[in-house]
Amino acid sequence: MKDFRYLTDVSTLALDKEICVGCGLCETVCPHGVMRLNGKKAEIIDPDGCMECGACDTNCPVQAVRVTPGVGCAAYIIQTWIRGKENASCGDVNCC
Amino acid sequence: MEPKPQQNECGCDCQPQSDRSNSARLTPFPMAPPVPKPSKKEEDADIPCCGPPAGPKSSPDERPGYILCHFVERFLSTPAGAVPVVKTALDRKDTIGTVLTRIGIGRNDYKVAPGLYGVGAPDADSPVLVTANYKLSFDALRKELSGINAWILVLDTRGINVWCAAGKRNFSTEEVSDRVRGAGLDRVVNHRKLILPQLSAIGVSARAIKKSCGFEALFGPVRAEDLKRFLQNGMKADDFMRRVTFTLKERVELIPVEIAMLWKPAGWILPAAFFLSGIGPGIFSLSRAWNGMLAIGAGLLMGVLSGGVAAPILLPWLPGRAFAVKGAVTGGIFGLILLGLVPALGWAKGAGLFLFILAISAYQSMNFTGSTPFTSPSGVEKEMRRAIPLLAGAVLISALLWVGSAF
Ligand code: SF4
Ligand code: SF4
Repeated sequence: MKDFRYLTDVSTLALDKEICVGCGLCETVCPHGVMRLNGKKAEIIDPDGCMECGACDTNCPVQAVRVTPGVGCAAYIIQTWIRGKENASCGDVNCC
Repeated sequence: MEPKPQQNECGCDCQPQSDRSNSARLTPFPMAPPVPKPSKKEEDADIPCCGPPAGPKSSPDERPGYILCHFVERFLSTPAGAVPVVKTALDRKDTIGTVLTRIGIGRNDYKVAPGLYGVGAPDADSPVLVTANYKLSFDALRKELSGINAWILVLDTRGINVWCAAGKRNFSTEEVSDRVRGAGLDRVVNHRKLILPQLSAIGVSARAIKKSCGFEALFGPVRAEDLKRFLQNGMKADDFMRRVTFTLKERVELIPVEIAMLWKPAGWILPAAFFLSGIGPGIFSLSRAWNGMLAIGAGLLMGVLSGGVAAPILLPWLPGRAFAVKGAVTGGIFGLILLGLVPALGWAKGAGLFLFILAISAYQSMNFTGSTPFTSPSGVEKEMRRAIPLLAGAVLISALLWVGSAF
């Protein structure tokens, strides 16, 4: 999103161009225009726009694009600190 | 003992269900119940005893044990059975439900039954739109479909919206495939295409869906309001349809729940404030405790309004990337306003209250990251690692100032 930017240099998004088959699905599913197909290979054109939703990772047929997905939610992250990743859940009404 | 017909609030002889079972238990011989001859009123037990006259007759579509949904217009018979056709206009019931859900009442159980629905006059060539069974998602979809003939396949996402359900893998490849098979979709339509909301791509793999149920999954627009254009464009989404937005309207809709969260922390902050404020030289002062609690309560309210209302509204215009910084900025302004309203606090208490508001506002604002569609978990975690110690320190200093001012 151009009018909303969050912290820079934090996303875990990574692309292995070697194995990319150029299907373009990552570009299609990304809600922030982070990925773009350039010729036969995908490119990360806006790494700081990535919200680590994982849509590209889920849909890439060859796992060329990888990201550690999760919810960017403070209440949830506090729980992962206290109770560990497995037991964390945000029962918060505002959160998913 | 003879069960006496009781009078209830409405002044007539009809009895609520519980009373009826009670009197049955008290009757010694059910074969010959010593019940007085029913009065005229009791014979007409199926009309409501009070209030307005009886409503309309039951619809022929009603079935014992089911509730007919008010948003269903009619039923359409298909090779896979009767399919409800839903209205595209939202009525008063929908609006009330939306408002209650937005303020957090009954939010965890606001859903529609999963399965196949129709809209308009769908036939075997009509497109199939897939959505979540959170009623707000379902309403958002059908209200954009006036004049369109389509099928709506509602998944069981446990009453959670598309984005969150996909993140939790309730809106998943398996759920889509199971629901397609369960609804007998291959008998209802000739084509083999599904249109999924784009944000569901987090949880579903289009290729895996094709493999497991034979339907090709196309990712449609992010927002239901773009669906009409998407369909008219021959199922092509442009860049605009593919991008999430976070408009003022979208932000404002999230605010009521933010404020509803005030009550939880207030439950322990206020007693703590009462206790801390009462401490002083000599005996515990009740009046000082009470006044202190009121001041801190006002501070809490200011902090929540600042971080939960002002910060989300002003989000794009506030300085800083970190939400805690944005919340601290509005918190500073709200803090000064409160100090202006309550000038007689003295410098120590004033500074303590100011810090407290700042911290609450920053924290509340940071919590808003959970509702925004652009904050990455790595980013939120990084921000929190820095902010939480600072905020805890601020609250501690504020408490020390508050208590120390009494000596
Ligand atoms: S994780 Fe989400 S936001 Fe990031 S590049 Fe992939 S699809 Fe785009
Ligand atoms: S989805 Fe994977 S294979 Fe397809 S273009 Fe993107 S990175 Fe390459």
